[in-house]
Amino acid sequence: MRTLFSENILSPAPTPVPQQNPFELLFPSTLSNASSSASVQSSPNQHEWLTQHWQNQQRAENDATIYGSTASSAPLTRRKGNPKLLFMGLRKSGKSSVQRVVFQKMSPADTLFLEPTTRIEKASLQSFVTIDTAELPTSLLASPPELDHHAVFSNMGAVIWILDVQDDYLTSIASLIETTVFLAEHYPRINIDVFIHKIDGLSEEYKYDTFREVRQRVQDELSDVGHADKSVSYYQTSIFDHSIFEAMSKVVQKLLPQLPAMETLLNKLCSTCRIQKAYLFDTSSKIYVATDASPTFLRDYEVCSDYVDVVVDIKQIYGWQQRDKTQAAEDGGEIGESMVTYDHSGDTYIYAREIDDHLSLLCVMGKGSSADKRVLIDYNVSILQTALVKVFRV
Amino acid sequence: MERSKRQKQRKVLLMGRSGAGKSSMRSIIFSNYVAKDVRRLGATVDVEHSNIRFMGNLMLNLWDCGGQDSFVESYLSNQRSHVFTSVAVMIFVFDISSREAAADLLSFASTIRALYEFSPGSKIFVLIHKMDLVPADQKARVFQQKAIDVRTTCEDEGFQSQQVDFWATSIWDQSLYKAWTQVIYFLVPNASAIEDMLRRLADLLDARELILYERTTCLVVTHITRDAEQRNPYNDRFERISSILKTHKHSMAKHTGTMASEVSFAELQIKTGDFMFFITRLTENTNLAVVMPSDEASFNAARVNVQLARREFSHLDIVEKRGKDVQRQGKDGPALEEVRMADDGEASSSGRASDR
Repeated sequence: MRTLFSENILSPAPTPVPQQNPFELLFPSTLSNASSSASVQSSPNQHEWLTQHWQNQQRAENDATIYGSTASSAPLTRRKGNPKLLFMGLRKSGKSSVQRVVFQKMSPADTLFLEPTTRIEKASLQSFVTIDTAELPTSLLASPPELDHHAVFSNMGAVIWILDVQDDYLTSIASLIETTVFLAEHYPRINIDVFIHKIDGLSEEYKYDTFREVRQRVQDELSDVGHADKSVSYYQTSIFDHSIFEAMSKVVQKLLPQLPAMETLLNKLCSTCRIQKAYLFDTSSKIYVATDASPTFLRDYEVCSDYVDVVVDIKQIYGWQQRDKTQAAEDGGEIGESMVTYDHSGDTYIYAREIDDHLSLLCVMGKGSSADKRVLIDYNVSILQTALVKVFRV
Repeated sequence: MERSKRQKQRKVLLMGRSGAGKSSMRSIIFSNYVAKDVRRLGATVDVEHSNIRFMGNLMLNLWDCGGQDSFVESYLSNQRSHVFTSVAVMIFVFDISSREAAADLLSFASTIRALYEFSPGSKIFVLIHKMDLVPADQKARVFQQKAIDVRTTCEDEGFQSQQVDFWATSIWDQSLYKAWTQVIYFLVPNASAIEDMLRRLADLLDARELILYERTTCLVVTHITRDAEQRNPYNDRFERISSILKTHKHSMAKHTGTMASEVSFAELQIKTGDFMFFITRLTENTNLAVVMPSDEASFNAARVNVQLARREFSHLDIVEKRGKDVQRQGKDGPALEEVRMADDGEASSSGRASDR
């Protein structure tokens, strides 16, 4: 598997070259002018200043290596072990809404009231895997070249391009191509994911056609400029249903180096316990970080995600005593688990188990997981749990 | 020992101006609509009757009366006695966002005048609806003001203040369940008998809390809270649980492809370090939610005990010969129940395998 991280991912980072906060916007005064031209077609000059900027950058890096700075080895800087995501896209395409809904649990209807983003917004999801996200307001694409591209892009794991399918998306595709070309040339290790967003507004037949059309166009244009080999992933999303969570899950999964280990463990569990589908959920954001190899349907994800909601709500209502206590008195003995059974044959339908504070295992069970087998299932799951804890503690 | 085979019928009138939200509430509670779906509902034409079976031996005749002026005219004139006779409960819905507050009150006054003529002993529930449209800081004040106005009108028409209850509701949160739970609780004929039995069960199980709720509507019929749990900061947890379970039913229905009304789980368990929780079927129409302290042994014992206890509770639910004693309002009702329970209690303590 291709990984973005070098072997010394976990060695302590040396003090980096002191640099100003890379996400601080350098020229706020230029924004008011730039915002009006955000959706204007890209000018041919844009490539010029990008290449010029790149030349400046090369010079700077050469200087740095001469002075023995430890911040970079070859053109790649060392990355810490957290997935980092950057949201890009045209104005009002939905970048802030997606972030709020997925990471801050805002209700999708409330996103109507969000204000347009003017600065680079940075956030960090403190959860099982600390995900750092940043959002580039659209005007920066056309911004003056003083923007420190190196600082913004050097640590990125993935760039998510949000394409509003209800708006005129051809402009968006054009900007996307430029950005992809730029990234492919200078930061080839960054994954590019395209969210074909606001897909809930289209009718059923239209959805797949539009999806295919966008995909086709982007592929064609990329091969025209000679980057046909750059792999770009496409997802149909909408904040009003679970598709956005599914897409974010897949994006984050590609950035986790522990993914193959988790998948193998889940596969083994599913085959021994006859589980139809297993997910490792990040409990607070409801993104799943791994799943087993069986085919993924959105329905399974939805029912597990709703079940997580039920368990979390009931835990909140009746777990009030724990919050009153100042310290959590514990050892490993208090693992939360839950299951729901639907018919009288005693087959479990959904089985949920906490791995640690942030991670939960959710399984949609198949036939044959009746009460007498439950002991074996518990045993297998506890083995999985110890294994997972080890994988992440390393 | 012969008794009338007729179940307990209760007539419930649901009235209010046109567009107040009566049919929306009814469809969410009884027909498994989601709050978003009620936009599809059109104006009710004349009266829609629903016969809703609740807890087995309670049949609710729910009259959802169209609120348009012409229909109201007809109820108050030529259908007057037909509509207002032998009413057990009248639920009147006020739309808080309505611009014609005075006209609403007038219409209310004439309606309850007719009610007083034919069913002076009935109970009135006034629901101040669409409270989500009121800004949060004004909610309490607006509700109080409206309640005072309506109460004065009721007293003018002859209803005692204890006959009238006020609730603020909205289909977008759990307040809807709270109000309707009160309505149902008033209507369930043997609520105190049920509570006694549940209290005994709770002591036996050493449970923190027992909640009995009806399966299809997910409305909480009653609950027993033992001492430690009184300090639970969530005073509205019963309606929250109603709403959580309702959402869960909908999501399960979507996944299995069945109708939401047919979806009903056999058992749900949640075990954590603080508490253990399970829901299981208690009678044909009700489920019992049990909250236990976090101890595996007592949790498993509780599950077995609830299964064994099912037989006792079936007396309360299903219409059968013995049910007559419960339906009779006399004091000997519960006493007879107890004696019978003691007999059965001895038999069942011999540790027979559970019967579902």
